[in-house]
Amino acid sequence: MANMSKTKVPMPEQDPKVRARNFKEVTLGYTEEQAVEEANRCLSCKNPLCVQGCPVNVRIPEFIKKIQERDFKAAHDIIFSTNALPAVTGRVCPQETQCEAKCVRGIKGEPVAIGRLERFVADWNNRQPDQKISGRKKPNGIKVAVVGSGPAGVTCATDLAREGYSVTIFEALHTPGGVLVYGIPEFRLPKDLVKYSIMKLEHLGVEIMTNMVIGRVLTIDELFEMGYKAIFVGSGAGLPMFMNIPGESLVGVMSANEYLTRTNLMKAYDENYDTPIIKSKAVAVVGGGNVAMDAARCAMRLGAENVYVVYRRGEAEMPARAEEKHHAKEEGIEFKTLCNPIEIVGDENGRVCGMKCIRMELGEPDASGRRRPVAVPDSEFMLDVDTVIMSLGTSPNPLIRSTTPGLETNRKGCLIVNENEMTTRDGVFAGGDAVTGAATVILAMGAGKKGAAAIDAYLKNQ
Amino acid sequence: MFKIVRKKELNPSVTLMEIEAPFIAKKARAGQFIIFRIDEQGERVPLTIAGYDRENGTVTIIFQKVGFATIALGNLNEGDYIRDFVGPLGKPTHTEGIKKVCVVGGGVGCAIALPSAAAFKEAGAEVDVVVGFRNKDIVILEDEFKAVSDNMYLMTDDGSYGEQGFVTVKLQQLLESGRDYDAVLAIGPIPMMKFVCKTTEPFGVKTMVSLNPIMVDGTGMCGGCRVTVGGEVKFACVDGPEFDGHKVDFAELMSRNATYRTREGEVKETHACRIEAMGKELIK
Repeated sequence: MANMSKTKVPMPEQDPKVRARNFKEVTLGYTEEQAVEEANRCLSCKNPLCVQGCPVNVRIPEFIKKIQERDFKAAHDIIFSTNALPAVTGRVCPQETQCEAKCVRGIKGEPVAIGRLERFVADWNNRQPDQKISGRKKPNGIKVAVVGSGPAGVTCATDLAREGYSVTIFEALHTPGGVLVYGIPEFRLPKDLVKYSIMKLEHLGVEIMTNMVIGRVLTIDELFEMGYKAIFVGSGAGLPMFMNIPGESLVGVMSANEYLTRTNLMKAYDENYDTPIIKSKAVAVVGGGNVAMDAARCAMRLGAENVYVVYRRGEAEMPARAEEKHHAKEEGIEFKTLCNPIEIVGDENGRVCGMKCIRMELGEPDASGRRRPVAVPDSEFMLDVDTVIMSLGTSPNPLIRSTTPGLETNRKGCLIVNENEMTTRDGVFAGGDAVTGAATVILAMGAGKKGAAAIDAYLKNQ
Repeated sequence: MFKIVRKKELNPSVTLMEIEAPFIAKKARAGQFIIFRIDEQGERVPLTIAGYDRENGTVTIIFQKVGFATIALGNLNEGDYIRDFVGPLGKPTHTEGIKKVCVVGGGVGCAIALPSAAAFKEAGAEVDVVVGFRNKDIVILEDEFKAVSDNMYLMTDDGSYGEQGFVTVKLQQLLESGRDYDAVLAIGPIPMMKFVCKTTEPFGVKTMVSLNPIMVDGTGMCGGCRVTVGGEVKFACVDGPEFDGHKVDFAELMSRNATYRTREGEVKETHACRIEAMGKELIK
């Protein structure tokens, strides 16, 4: 029986006042009943537009149909056949601009909660004792190396392993998962879920080598010498940007990467871990993306009294997802929009004691199509903070390109690839943030998928 | 997991360990560093490589037991394992084109100065070494330095061994006596490196220093290790760890390395990094 409600079945979440001080997950997920009720809102369109909106083409109406039938295992297998990380994408994908944006139910009311349903199915499956993965082709003995274990690398490795390739992932950090473990906080993406996803990869026979910084310990050329026939570079965009304003080297100024890595990968919020983290009373996070929201919400949870998000354009122009902005504000984070830092001020010990800002107004549209922020003369003011977190974006790490002759990058340091995801070096493919610059988890996964198909085609033609 | 294959106490607070890490041993060069982590709850701690054995696949580290992680590491024994060991990180010591060099080491910094001195020797340079220690009891690697240098000068603060005085006293003498070094490489506590730079500046001798700021990943990702060199911000982990000492903002480095000391000035031993301790040692 179709559910004709105009609104999504609400998903329970922790009370904002409570969750602002803990690292437990904010949203709690659907129960079986809620999932089936929401699944019944899907009209099983003959020509499902939602699938076109998905970068990894999850067969959305098919898995939702299985939820309607309460066959959650089948629903999972449908998703997992094209998406190696459903528990992740169900939580962090911007569905509102992808699958759900295309849903016909969205014309008169809210679209089907595809993300919430995907998450439900993935979580349901993670609770099952049997995690066996079927459908792996016979091993063909051909070695492929994947550099980086983030969304692009994991997706690429999964698809190649399914095709029978012998895949090794080289991860620079001590825990696999890339941005899913060092960047996205526990309260948005519990790390156990990433661990399960990595375990599934190992079930598929993928070997994961941590602590391997490609470009230092081994070069791309040495990987070929070791017998790898093709290489996929999914090394992400890890290099943090700073503003180059006075005071940026003061104690208490750090990149969002550092703050989040200490908090998430190194679990600074957990007293059982030795990781030091700065104890702040008042924090300014500079930037308006999802990473800025993550950093601000971590700062609140780590005990700050006041947390500000300082952004030079207006709230509408912020690149962060609406849901992230909403959650951040609910948790007491104050948005200082149309406001730009011009100097960070330190005390006699070289520690941050304030941030000088200037008010902005929006002028003519710039190259990005957004209205350019322009400083309002004589509008400087001081923000009373002891910590400043720069969340201005990241660019690809130069370690691989600088140690691989013939590997070309564009002006921004992103690897150049052709329509088959192959770089300017034969047999070296790339995808994800390493190619596009900082983007989303799901776009990286899409690129990993495309890369795996391209590598398969390339190796079959050898 | 990485096995500790050899452990040797060099003095009461300084320990040498050889770690089984064949990939790193194959690639390591003088001046580069590793990051270790003892267990799942541990911190990532950078240590400059003190040596390597390509054939046996081991990397040598020499560390002072000052912080939580180094004390815990020092408590482990041969046959034990540590959770993580990653490297080689950073750029190697630049030896090309240098025909005459003076390598200056202070305290446990000598452990790192040794492979660089050896690298210069191997590259065919004439190598003078000046090493300094607080007193006779903590002298390390004396024979090793003799083996890789043309002239070696050992200094102690109290004169209990070698000559009495700081390394800068000897360096000043050498420079005044007309030794025309192409470069000086100084590795040790921040104040020592700063004063070595002050000493060489009037003589116009290029002076490199090896920095060890606070860092997390060691691959350019966190930016915690940023140092100002000649007015430009550099990441020690990927642009360094060696920099032109005449251009380094040492005051900023000192201040940044104290990030995780509490505001009351109380040093949290669990989080004190190695170089802070070396600084304390020099001040004593």
